[in-house]
Amino acid sequence: MAEPVLELEGVTKSYGETVITPVLHGIHLRVDTGEFAALIGPSGSGKSTLLNLIGLLDRPTGGRIVLAGEDTSQLDDTRRSVARGRTLGFVFQFHHLLPAFTAVENVMMPLMAQRGRQEPWMRERALGLLEEVGMASRAHHLTNALSGGQQQRVAIARALAPRPRLVLADEPTGNLDTRTADEVFALLRRFNVEHGTTFLIVTHDARLAGRCDRIISVVDGRIASDLPHVPSPPAPTPG
Amino acid sequence: MPFEWMVAVRFLREGRFQTVLILAGVAVGVAVLVFLSALITGLQATLVKQTLGSQPHVIVRRPDEVPVTLAPADVAVAARVQRPPQRLIALENWPGVRGTLEAMEGVEAVAPVASGSGFALNGGANRGVVLRGIDLESSNRIIDVCPRVVLGGCRLGGGEVLIGTELARQLGVTVGDTLRVGTATTQGQRFAIVGVFDLGSNEVNARWVLLPLKSAQTLLGLPGGVTALETRVTDVFQAERIARDAALATGQKAESWMELNRQLLVALRSQSSSSYMIQLFVLVAVALGIASVLVVSVVQKSREIGILKAMGTPTGRITRIFLIQGVLVGAVGAVFGGALGTGLAMFFATLALNPDGSPRFPVAVTPTLLLSAGTVALATGLLAAVAPARRAARLDPATVIRNG
Repeated sequence: MAEPVLELEGVTKSYGETVITPVLHGIHLRVDTGEFAALIGPSGSGKSTLLNLIGLLDRPTGGRIVLAGEDTSQLDDTRRSVARGRTLGFVFQFHHLLPAFTAVENVMMPLMAQRGRQEPWMRERALGLLEEVGMASRAHHLTNALSGGQQQRVAIARALAPRPRLVLADEPTGNLDTRTADEVFALLRRFNVEHGTTFLIVTHDARLAGRCDRIISVVDGRIASDLPHVPSPPAPTPG
Repeated sequence: MPFEWMVAVRFLREGRFQTVLILAGVAVGVAVLVFLSALITGLQATLVKQTLGSQPHVIVRRPDEVPVTLAPADVAVAARVQRPPQRLIALENWPGVRGTLEAMEGVEAVAPVASGSGFALNGGANRGVVLRGIDLESSNRIIDVCPRVVLGGCRLGGGEVLIGTELARQLGVTVGDTLRVGTATTQGQRFAIVGVFDLGSNEVNARWVLLPLKSAQTLLGLPGGVTALETRVTDVFQAERIARDAALATGQKAESWMELNRQLLVALRSQSSSSYMIQLFVLVAVALGIASVLVVSVVQKSREIGILKAMGTPTGRITRIFLIQGVLVGAVGAVFGGALGTGLAMFFATLALNPDGSPRFPVAVTPTLLLSAGTVALATGLLAAVAPARRAARLDPATVIRNG
């Protein structure tokens, strides 16, 4: 049996002090190493909140979140950042690259941020990753000079730079056109297959979700369904 | 380069216009600091120098005469004691006192002077004067008259006097003329005027008559005696302490120029403190400028800060990125400001000139001044960055990322 990289036990989350708005009601979830899972749900379902909790960007009101075997509920802010940097990689809808830096520097950023300085191997690794995402020729461009799809490729390379146990992708293709979205999605899939990287992808795009191995559906703060997906033969592309 | 420095430099370079503006602000602030300090220091040095042009640093005199009660100490006596008039009496054993003074640390030179009031007379004109009997050679080490003799020569042989420009004008005499000099109790003698000096003070120029020590002793009725020992010290602002020590060591009365020029010192101090106030407010303005630019930068960069945090940058590093920006702005601004302030001070010095072409206000831009201005700017930058840095550290990455 595969090793769990993420376990949620009865995780709840409410917002507000006087008027308490419950957002998540007792989520139980387990993601194993090497999985390629989609997290879907209508807006307001709590899937973004769930992603923030898993990403250690927010703290649950109740329950436990175990990341790579470590219970994160007791960690202070500093140790949460350390755990985040060591275990997690993020790909956001809006690529969120740092515009003051070149592509290769952006990819090196998580490594430098954690080590506190630049080391030669970081550049090697960053250039290698840019090569893999097909951006080697643009490595020394400032990120503002890149197209949306190119920026997202750099963002993926950045998320993978620290060799995270789990990559969280929040609408990674959200603001890309269909063709570019497909390319970016294929890239994620390739890293999953070739390197065994675990992915948890939040999307509202049913077409992309349908190409994942597992679909976790969140409705009204509860997991409505959690199904292993049997890939169907590719549907003919419309148009 | 450490990560924090790299990010700080990039952030500053990215905010081009903002960075240039705040650097200019810091530079102007530091320039004001440097210029003002240099000007005040130069001005005060000039004032002190002018004051000390006709004053010894420390004067040692015989203590005032006080009435002594003859009754035994344990007997209470009700008496109204009249203050005795202070007669002109010579300093006791002045060569011994001189030796003691010369041996003291910080004392450069000691010169005897026999001085008292008298008059100078030429035809129908007569003026009350201060007779200063001196030994020109040793006296010149205290108050150097010779470079300031504007007419005639600088010597004091028997029967010769040096007088001030103003007295010469009032009595209508000049070099080569003779002058009758006397006191209230003597007839006086005729002296030949060999030189006319200008010590920079009208009062001194109108009142001083310099004559040989021996002649003054005769006129004042102090054979072989002197009324005071005048002293020059190495550090003029130590004069007060040295005077206290001298009084203790010799048992005489010792007064420093600082005691005799209280008002000047008060003026200098208030000038200094008002200059410090101005500098303080300039610093506060600079600090507010740096802080506001950095606060704006934190808001502008909140997305970037959120990403840095999300990818595991510890909060301490985020804080340091902004503290370093403050330090960098302070340091670079200080370099430009130091140059600007120095330039300004030098330009100002060329504006106000004495007739002989020397600057009227010597501005003193010293390495110490530049160094301390730089340090202050650096510290200001660092302090100003504290609030923005804490704000950056408190940013919640989840909020920033969710809102794109």
